[in-house]
Amino acid sequence: MTGQAHAGRPNQLLRNLHSKIASIPMILTAVVIFLGGTLWTVFYSFTNSKLLPRMSFVGLDQYERLWAAPRWLMSIQNLAIYGFFSLIFSLVIGFVLAALMDQKIRFENTFRTIFLYPFALSFIVTGLVWQWVLNPEFGVQSVVRSLGWSSFTFDPLYNQSIVIYGILIAALWQGTGLVMCLMLAGLRGIDEDIWKASRVDGIPMWKTYLFIIIPMMRAVFITTLVIIASGIVRVYDLVVAQTSGGPGIASEVPAKYVYDYMFLAQNLGQGFAASTMMLITVAIIIVPWAYLEFGGRKRG
Amino acid sequence: MADTIPLKGQAAHGASRLAPGPQGRKPRPMFSSRNIMIYGALIFAAAYYLLPLYVMIVTSLKGMPEIRLGNIFSPPVEITFEPWVKAWATACTGLNCDGLSRGFWNSVRITIPSTIMSIAIASINGYALANWRFKGADLFFTILIVGAFIPYQVMIYPIVIVLREMGLYGSLTGLIIVHTIFGMPILTLLFRNYFSSLPEELFKAARIDGAGFWTIYFKIMLPMSLPIFVVAMILQITGIWNDFLFGVVFTRPEYYPMTVQLNNIVNSVQGVKEYNVNMAATILTGAVPLIVYFVSGRLFVRGIAAGAVKG
Repeated sequence: MTGQAHAGRPNQLLRNLHSKIASIPMILTAVVIFLGGTLWTVFYSFTNSKLLPRMSFVGLDQYERLWAAPRWLMSIQNLAIYGFFSLIFSLVIGFVLAALMDQKIRFENTFRTIFLYPFALSFIVTGLVWQWVLNPEFGVQSVVRSLGWSSFTFDPLYNQSIVIYGILIAALWQGTGLVMCLMLAGLRGIDEDIWKASRVDGIPMWKTYLFIIIPMMRAVFITTLVIIASGIVRVYDLVVAQTSGGPGIASEVPAKYVYDYMFLAQNLGQGFAASTMMLITVAIIIVPWAYLEFGGRKRG
Repeated sequence: MADTIPLKGQAAHGASRLAPGPQGRKPRPMFSSRNIMIYGALIFAAAYYLLPLYVMIVTSLKGMPEIRLGNIFSPPVEITFEPWVKAWATACTGLNCDGLSRGFWNSVRITIPSTIMSIAIASINGYALANWRFKGADLFFTILIVGAFIPYQVMIYPIVIVLREMGLYGSLTGLIIVHTIFGMPILTLLFRNYFSSLPEELFKAARIDGAGFWTIYFKIMLPMSLPIFVVAMILQITGIWNDFLFGVVFTRPEYYPMTVQLNNIVNSVQGVKEYNVNMAATILTGAVPLIVYFVSGRLFVRGIAAGAVKG
């Protein structure tokens, strides 16, 4: 059938040659950058590289130093708080908005455009806008105070104990539109007959959502969860733009720790160890999901 | 299988609408309490989403004295375009005082070649994976997709070394290569899925007529898949324009993209803060992806859905 067929059985390597040549960029990226780069970083995280990577092994020293550093612990704590609330609120807000949009409303396109436009903006823009809106001198706090409630305090970006929630507000503004879109696609995939059946049985709407629709949308929820979660671990630009990690170290995140140690503090070993920890975090999220997704597909 | 469900749902929906007889719900009055609640909630949410955009615009049109006196939500009393001019042409980052225009043109010079290159490579990859599968192809593809989840921070430094060895570290070319690499997983997936969904008979017929790998790609696949190319373009233009991390890691200050420069202008510690200039600069930086978003409409949604829902 192919051009090579008349020449008997040609060399295995030469079969489908054009396809192989065309795939070289993909193969290089997959093997050299993704696989090789990752292994390289993990490997060098066991060395005490400073300005330049070098092969002097120190075992787990970098990791011990990492987990003793207050800034890293703060980063991890922030990531945990931010991640937890980000997941909950994105899913809840995204689902509620999608459910509202699914009530055969008018102006659906207008509403969707409004909910989704922040997603087109970069984290830098998002961070800077919310830095301005949450500015205590001119922003929401001063507006509420000028309305007569003079003791009103809302300055998340200048208060160490709640600064991470200030970042959360901005992140939710930027990202919930996407969750809403995914959920809406999921809701549209539910068979209309399910709704008819539940109406015939006289089940109230909220119960139908909670006990029938949501369990049916399990796959959509899991996909969304993975997307949000892998975004959470990466959060970097938003923090840089909104607070630069401050006040003090109160809004530091792991991705920023890695960047600062690799490119500013010239302590590569620490940077590698921290990025390896990030990799492990992602693996904890991805591996069970991949197992469920692909293990399940094989069985089915 | 997951792809067919929405279609089925729509079909069922459409059928119920067309069916004769008293099926479906009773028509509801426009102002039922249910409607008021739904629209009330939606309008409230919409206001929250629109508020920052509104604040950005009104702030950028005010003078500094007015900002100090008034509140951020009040519309400008005296509209001035001074901050916009200043943000574009004279705002300072460090010693350079030529405004955001420099970053804008850098971003243009980064975004256009990166978009073209990443789409060219990924579409050919996707085509090879869909129609010319070779032994081991799926393994590489799996590594590529799994790699999409690895935090960039893990791979940044090895790439720095590779680019330095090639003499490209700090240059625009280096950054374009980086964008091509990190755009590859999602775009390859997008194109692979699209090409797989095209009727196989077309491909077979072309093979019988003697067309080879490249002929089929350029004469048959490419002309048939313009929509998916547009989706990929939207995805890449917004993604690359909005990038910050790669810009700051892989380029020298004179090549910084717009996002990096914007951040440097707004978060610079020296000088008096000019909030109106900052907001004008922020809008200018957000303008390109926003325009792409508003112009492309449904295709943008399709792009992110394709980008988000794997498989």
